[in-house]
Amino acid sequence: MTRRELTCEEVIEQLFDYLDREVSSQHRADIERHLERCRDCFSRAEFEKRLRAKVEKSVSVQAPQRLRRRVKDLLDRFDTDETNSTN
Amino acid sequence: MSASSSSGDGLSRQRRRQWFEHEIERLMDRLYGTALRLTRHPDDAEDIVAESIGKAWTKLDELRDPERFEGWLFHILNNTFINEWRRRQCRPKLADDPDNCEPDDLDATHFSLFQQLHQPFLLWWGSTEDRFLNELLQDDLQQALDALPDPYRVIVVFVEVQGCTYGEVAELLGIPLGTVRSRLSRGRAMLQKVLWKQAREAGFTVDCRGTEGKPS
Repeated sequence: MTRRELTCEEVIEQLFDYLDREVSSQHRADIERHLERCRDCFSRAEFEKRLRAKVEKSVSVQAPQRLRRRVKDLLDRFDTDETNSTN
Repeated sequence: MSASSSSGDGLSRQRRRQWFEHEIERLMDRLYGTALRLTRHPDDAEDIVAESIGKAWTKLDELRDPERFEGWLFHILNNTFINEWRRRQCRPKLADDPDNCEPDDLDATHFSLFQQLHQPFLLWWGSTEDRFLNELLQDDLQQALDALPDPYRVIVVFVEVQGCTYGEVAELLGIPLGTVRSRLSRGRAMLQKVLWKQAREAGFTVDCRGTEGKPS
């Protein structure tokens, strides 16, 4: 028995679940089969994927040097405390 | 190397510290950037990162698989942020219907950038979506994320930036899975609406092929 083809509306409705990997492998395959055949849904999926990649990249911000110094001082303090407690 | 028992495998405290610092340095910009998007304030972001790293160092023995250090550390970061968020009495925003804190101009339950940009016919100079994405700057995205109300922004960051599952987000925030889904959907729509607004204000148009319009 062959599985029913998904409609464009169904694919778009579930697109983010698909991109978030929140659908079953069978459902994933159904969506991908539709995307291979439907230019509009494929374009939509590619757009959302690329936008998402840009959102992910947007958090790459150079951490300030003072934070690095703060972390180093914090670890030094933990080391000192550990040394003192073992002596 | 094993992070779980420095004494057991003969690893010196100094080498353990070196390994930890190396890993932290590798992840520092992403840790800070993620904390900054979650908190929106540089000082708060620094506090969250420093506290998370301190917790990670003191709990390092609990990490069984060093290969999972990154996910483990980001999990600590998320929890540290949430605890701080609740401590500042923002918890009601998480538990209550967040509609109250949604500005009217962000009401965008079904907004789709793609639908605004997409042309049903092929253009020889390329698609409007491509042009939009190519011209979209990191600053535009940061501003758009920062414009989202907390309950939406936090979930968008957890899912889109950190790759958390809906179940993980529900557990982290202590809210039902359905609420995660609806806030994520709405948060994404709001984010896209803000990006669209920024682009339009900067002169971006969908009906010409020129590059006079930039998203920001």
